[in-house]
This record gives sequence, structure tokens and C-alpha cells, in this order.
Amino acid sequence: MISRRGLLAGGAATAAGAFTRRETPPPTHAERARVEPFHGPHQAGVATAPQVHAVFVGFDLRKDIRKEAVVRLLHLLTDDAARLTQGRPALADTEPELAADPAGLTITFGFGEGLFERVEVDSPVRPLPAFETDKLDKRWSGGDLLVQVCADDGLTVAHAVRMIVKDARSFTSVRWTQRGFRGATGGETQRNLMGQVDGTVNPTDLDKAVWIGQGPAGMRGGTTMVLRRIRMHLETWDAADRVAREFTIGRRLDTGAPLTGRAERDEPDFGRMNHLGFPVISEYAHIRRAHVTDPAQRILRRPYNYDEGLTEDGESDSGLLFASYQADIERQFVPVQRRLAEGDLLNEWVTAIGSAVFAIPPGCAPGGWIGEGLLG
Amino acid sequence: MFSRHALMLATAVVALAGCGGGSTTASAPAATTAAVAAPSSSAPAGLSITDPWVKTVKKGMTAAFGTLVNNGDTDVTIVSGTSPLSPTIELHEVVESGGKMVMRPKEGGFVVPARGTHQLQPGGDHIMLMGVTEEVKPGAKVPFALQVKGGQPLEFSAVGKDFAGGKEDYQPGHE
Repeated sequence: MISRRGLLAGGAATAAGAFTRRETPPPTHAERARVEPFHGPHQAGVATAPQVHAVFVGFDLRKDIRKEAVVRLLHLLTDDAARLTQGRPALADTEPELAADPAGLTITFGFGEGLFERVEVDSPVRPLPAFETDKLDKRWSGGDLLVQVCADDGLTVAHAVRMIVKDARSFTSVRWTQRGFRGATGGETQRNLMGQVDGTVNPTDLDKAVWIGQGPAGMRGGTTMVLRRIRMHLETWDAADRVAREFTIGRRLDTGAPLTGRAERDEPDFGRMNHLGFPVISEYAHIRRAHVTDPAQRILRRPYNYDEGLTEDGESDSGLLFASYQADIERQFVPVQRRLAEGDLLNEWVTAIGSAVFAIPPGCAPGGWIGEGLLG
Repeated sequence: MFSRHALMLATAVVALAGCGGGSTTASAPAATTAAVAAPSSSAPAGLSITDPWVKTVKKGMTAAFGTLVNNGDTDVTIVSGTSPLSPTIELHEVVESGGKMVMRPKEGGFVVPARGTHQLQPGGDHIMLMGVTEEVKPGAKVPFALQVKGGQPLEFSAVGKDFAGGKEDYQPGHE
């Protein structure tokens, strides 16, 4: 995050001494702007440090849309993303001024099983198995095409979504829109609306855990995404005291440290017993049920909070847009979700009400388009 | 600004230029980041168009837009245009007439100043397709050629874009 100007100025200061410091002009708007690259072997918006705002849009292809039209659509959307993420207006942008500050904008595309069916290509993803604890609502589930738009500025996100949707609607209908936000933590792990530090454990070697390195060439460098809309029952969570809350998760609320440790990133000691001979981290604590020993098998979590309108009685519609990325859903995501469904104390206060699965194709080079290796 | 983009994207251009033959509504996909349809070998030195696009339409009239860029040292005048998509094409301007904005053929064509640009945009100068022979679909690649006074034509492809604006009334000829 050190700007080029900052580095240059730093060098000058070292050479010429402190007197030059006052000559360093403040960074211009363009220099402050966070610009995430669009082109590359992987799509942005997965390994990218999570921005503050996100909108996930699930589209369904219209009935008459076949491969030739899907390819035209992907050309248009890739072009929009390549421009907007770099702070340039989309082609025929009606509000070009709104594109000037990309604010770390990333636009990420995912293909659902339905898209693969339509273009007559074997789908690398299929829906998740049913979990007993799920109460899935169709209005938050499925979708042929995912567009994930993230940026640190809500206005930037709104404009990008608008430009994308204007190009998509000849080909698609909108199935759902899910909006999320994160605390502006400046690199610290964010907190969810239950007050918990959320997302501490993530894979470190993304080439093993996230990016697909084998199988059909069209998905190599890509990944898969699971998007779960997890409703939090904050009214009943209010009734749980801090001890109960920490026992449920297996972490302290203040620091996020495991109950057996002192700092957030301390390894939980699942074997440690208390003076009564019970495990300090319960057999049914969330972090024990979700724990994956092998870092190469971990899922990459990139969650966003949601907080929609209140009921007349002031009850919240809040929760988590749990976005996870992994090379292999069946091998990495499903076993964890199964363990959670079988016995996670947190299930008392959270319910998955939406679920969607997408293949995230690899990135593309300048002049290329997202999906070219699958549909080209 | 434009010239910088032109330089950055110049490599993408080559694929687009010179594909002005054959079919009309290219059902082939649009070039994506290829925002520039560039100096084809035959066009006057330094003349190019950035971000060419054409408003989608099922039938009838539509228009094409973009930014003409002249990197040469002399003004360039574009006198007419052709596209396999429309038997008749006019170079239009939008002017006020009787209290409302109307479009009409631009006398003398489009002049792109030396080392300058000329914008073709909704509400302003544009390339008018008087009657398309088939639907212009979103994302389609539509070939064009602009005839240049005293030079070879500038050839490029414009991408079909859904667009709500550009609905000025048509006023044929000059009054």
C-alpha cells in the first residue's frame, strides 16, 4: 500500500536529509486510489484483500439464450469489468464520472450449473447435498451466472452493478441481489454482527487450497465458490451471555483468541481439559467442528455481513453472506459443512437460508474474456 | 487521455482492423478490451477510432459512436461511411431546430483536427445507419469503413451495446 510517490519521496529524503520533507506534495487523488489489477491468471476478488462493500448478483439466462449469445454476453461483461476496475468508464457509460475512483473495485464472474448446461459443456460444479439444518429459500439460491462486485466505496459498487446489469439484461433476468459490508478494519479480521471475530483461519498456500491446478484446462487457475446466506437470530442471541457465546464458538469475544490461547492466531488446543475433565473447547464448539488440520484442505473464507430492513417490531434481518472459495467443493467444503450440520452449538442462532454454487473461471489476458477456455 | 489509451491499446487493435468484409451483423463476439480500432494500414497516417460502438436495434435506424483520433499533422476530413449492415449511412450532427434537438446530415462531414480528436456521441455527431438489414445484437461486432477525403478508408468494427439514449428526431437534409 506504499505509494510510488511515497517511495520516491522517501528516497529523496534519505539522500538530501530532512530539509526536503516539506517539499513532498500530498498524494494526488489518483495516487491514493486503490486499483486492483483485472487481467491475470486468476480472477480478482478471491485472493484480493476484502473490500468494505460487496454486491453479489445471481442471474438466470433467458430461455432462448444459447452458447453464441452467452459468449457475446461474456465479452461485454469482461470489457465492462476491465475498464471499470481500472477507473475508466464502461463503454457507452452514461455516468462516466462515477467510474473515476475505482476504490479497489473487483468484478468477479462465476458460472452455475445451468450456464454449463446451456452451452453444452460438462459442469465442473454441482449443487451441494442437502443439510438437515438448512432452510433454503429459492429467492436466495441457485443462479446461472454470478457477478460479484466489491469495492471500498459504495458509490463505486452501485455504478459498476448498474453498468453490468444494463449489459446483462438482454440475456438474463436477475434471480437475486445480495448486498454485504465489512468493518473497515484495515487488515484486521473483521467482526460479524454477532460480535465475533470472523474469518481468522484461512489457507496460506492458495495454489494448493484455492486455485484449480488439474483437470480440464478451461478451469485451471480458476476456483469454485459457495455462497451461503446465513441468517442470524440476533433476538435470541441477545439472550445468550458472554460465557455462553464464547463457549459456543470456542473463542474469546474480545480478542478472538481460542479459549485455550491468548492471541487470535494461537492454535486452538483441542485436547486441553478443564479441572472437571471436560474439553476447554467443547466437542460441539463452532471452531472444533469447522477445524481442518491440513492447510491445503482449508476453504478461503471471504464473508460479508448483511443487515436488511427491520420489521415493524424492530426485529433485524441480519446475517452473513458466507462466500468461500476452494479448489474442490466435495473434498473441502462439504465435509466441514456436514460436521457443522451434525452438531455445532452455533446452529441454535444461525440458519442457512440461501445457497448457490459457482465455478469461477480463471482470469484472462488483455484482449481475452472470462470463460474463453471453457466456451471458446 | 485518448492518445494514452490509444497507445496502451494499440496492440489490441490490429485484430479488429481490416475485418470489414463479409457478413453483416457479425454474430461473432465483440472484441472486448479492444477499445481501439486502429490505424489500419490503408487509413491516413495517424487516424484511428477509440471505443467504437453501435446502438443495438431490431430493425430500422441506429447510430454508431466512438472517438476519432488524429495523430497526424494535418486535419483529416471524413466524408462518408459504409457498413455491410446498412445500405445507406449518413454522417450526422445534432442541432437545435424549432426549439428541439434534431439530427441531420453534417455538411462537409467530420473534421478531425491535426493532433486532435473528434467525438462521436449520443446527442452529438454520429454515424447514422439509415436502415439495418438485420438485428444489431448486444455484443455483436459490426464492421464499418469511413471514407477519408484524399486518403484510404478507416476500417474498424463497432460493438453492439444496449443504450437508451440517442433518440433525436431525424430531419433529412438541410433546410
